[in-house]
Amino acid sequence: MLSRRNFLTAAVGVAAATGLAACAKEDGSSAAAAGSGSKAITLGFSQVGSESGWRTANSDSVKSAAKEAGYTLKFSDAQQKQENQISAIRNYIAQKVDVIAFSPVVVTGWDAVLKEAKAAKIPVVLTDRSVETSDDSLYVTLVGSDFTDEGRRAAKILEKVLEKAGHKGAVKIAQLEGTTGAAPAIERAKGFKEVMEADHADDWKVVVSQTGDFTRAGGKQVMAAFLQSNPDINVLFAHNDDMAIGAIQSIEAAGKKPGKDILIVSIDGVKDGFVAMSEGKINAIVECNPLLGPQLMEVVKKVKDGETVERWIKTKESDFMQDQAKDALPTRKY
Amino acid sequence: MTTTSRWRALTHHHLFWPVAVLIALLLVNVPFTPDFFSINMTDGHLYGSLVSIVLFGSPLILVAVGMTLVIATGGIDLSVGAVVAITGALTCSYISDQTDQNTLSAVFLAMGVGLVAAVVCGLWNGFLVARMGIQPIIATLIIMVAGRGVAQLITDGQIITVNSEPYKLIGGGYWLTLPFSIFVVAAVVAVTVALTRRTALGLLVESVGGNAEASRLVGIRSTRIKIMVYMFCALCAGIAGLMISSNTSAADGNNAGLWIELDAILAVVIGGTSLLGGRFSIGGTVVGALVIQTLTTTIYTIGVPTQTNLVFKAAVVIVVCLLQSPKFRAKVFGAKGPKGPRRDAAPVEPAPAPDAAPKMEVSR
Repeated sequence: MLSRRNFLTAAVGVAAATGLAACAKEDGSSAAAAGSGSKAITLGFSQVGSESGWRTANSDSVKSAAKEAGYTLKFSDAQQKQENQISAIRNYIAQKVDVIAFSPVVVTGWDAVLKEAKAAKIPVVLTDRSVETSDDSLYVTLVGSDFTDEGRRAAKILEKVLEKAGHKGAVKIAQLEGTTGAAPAIERAKGFKEVMEADHADDWKVVVSQTGDFTRAGGKQVMAAFLQSNPDINVLFAHNDDMAIGAIQSIEAAGKKPGKDILIVSIDGVKDGFVAMSEGKINAIVECNPLLGPQLMEVVKKVKDGETVERWIKTKESDFMQDQAKDALPTRKY
Repeated sequence: MTTTSRWRALTHHHLFWPVAVLIALLLVNVPFTPDFFSINMTDGHLYGSLVSIVLFGSPLILVAVGMTLVIATGGIDLSVGAVVAITGALTCSYISDQTDQNTLSAVFLAMGVGLVAAVVCGLWNGFLVARMGIQPIIATLIIMVAGRGVAQLITDGQIITVNSEPYKLIGGGYWLTLPFSIFVVAAVVAVTVALTRRTALGLLVESVGGNAEASRLVGIRSTRIKIMVYMFCALCAGIAGLMISSNTSAADGNNAGLWIELDAILAVVIGGTSLLGGRFSIGGTVVGALVIQTLTTTIYTIGVPTQTNLVFKAAVVIVVCLLQSPKFRAKVFGAKGPKGPRRDAAPVEPAPAPDAAPKMEVSR
């Protein structure tokens, strides 16, 4: 990959200025704690890739938390490929790290390599996403978000938003879904529907629902079409902030006021989402926290010490209403 | 008799089927969006489904126009999506570094930097294809794969948001009540048509696509022509990249222009340009791109469940491609035709490329 990038940079000379250095992978040990204190825990971490701002924040959190805890972190970026992740894990097994953590690219196909880890007596911790295995003992725990619960929380916070806006009458919801087939998209829709059907079966209705691929451009285009086909939409539920930000632009182009004419609830809590919320354009955000580094380090320590941990350690997350946006904005890291 | 012959002339026009499909698709929307064709003034600009289709379709039209010329030389350019991402990333990161993002000079400089990078990508593609003799699909695959990595390097994996009013104009703003991007597209299409149809350039491109070696032997500098079309294609993709990033005021290295190369190739094919090279139709490509954008909008408005989006799209594309095939038309419509001679005439007419039998043949 590096050589391919190298000659490309020759072509795109302009890009070179921004620094290839940043791309140098930190495959080797990044923390320099090798010599001192042989007790330092060595953690092998295999990240999915760097496909979004959320993911970058996630990687940074893991790196800085490891440094703070004084662990030796071996970090590798799988560039969205399972085979890269499997070979990274095999490397960690060969290097006899203390704990392996990884964020699986896909759900299945991990049995063989996880069995190798088990045979080498190296505990495995999953982060962010789960896997399907034949044998539950193949990994110790999952540190990550509960997407279904995020959907439920979005529905709950929508109740508050409606109450605050003094909304009366039918609630006609447009839903912007994430990438078709992705776990967060499926589960967020599921959680939202659950609450809606249980508590608001007669007054709430999802009138249109379509995928915006988790992108701003997607959200913008889909929302523009929604506003044409269903001009009476009064609530937007977006599976992530970026789609909501795109949709806001379409709502404005249609001459409506986002946050007033159309109430908006979204999930994630990225910085730009908070900016939009502080401008009054998003009504509420359900946080999906990528900063799980500190929690991961705690779990790693416990696992290393042989303590029992829960099967699923959920990340600490909160919900934000508009009035909290201004205060929360400066603390958003990603 | 004259009306039937006129009708025949019309149906045999190379733009007839693409336009017919476009109109049919637009009509499909009416039952779902009653005021689909209505356009009204909102906030001092025109607003309506048709305006949205043109606005969101603009980048695709640009990329497809560039792609048409590359395909006319018998090549293909898979790197356009990555070029879109690189241009958007460079331009937005330059603008976001400015203290005053609304300075015109800075915005122009940023766009210049982005477009130069795009043209350099095109030069690289052209160099590999024309000088090194590498298969176009492989040569351009390099930037398709690696270019997105470069875009991510530039944006540092983040989405870069800009707050620049002048920059917002290109892809998201309005001028004379119309989306500004319409004027950009119109200008690019007009220049392209003028250059290729009012000068010999189009003929040269077609002859290179028909037979590069023979063209060289009669004195056409086929290498230079090829490099030029790849650079032009990349320039179009670069402008599209400016539009896409300007439309959302953000550069997304991962997703900007993702798979746009495939939509562009499809638009070119729907528009009646043969993938074998040697002839092209800019007008057809523009209609083809509008067909694809209308199809996308239709999927959003008629409530196709998300899981079946792609199946729906595939079904429509298959129908369009079949309608484009003279052989298919001769089989289906020709057999039903009441007149004897017409039935014979139909399959004979597009005969000049007999060796192209298994490939998709297009009407002219």
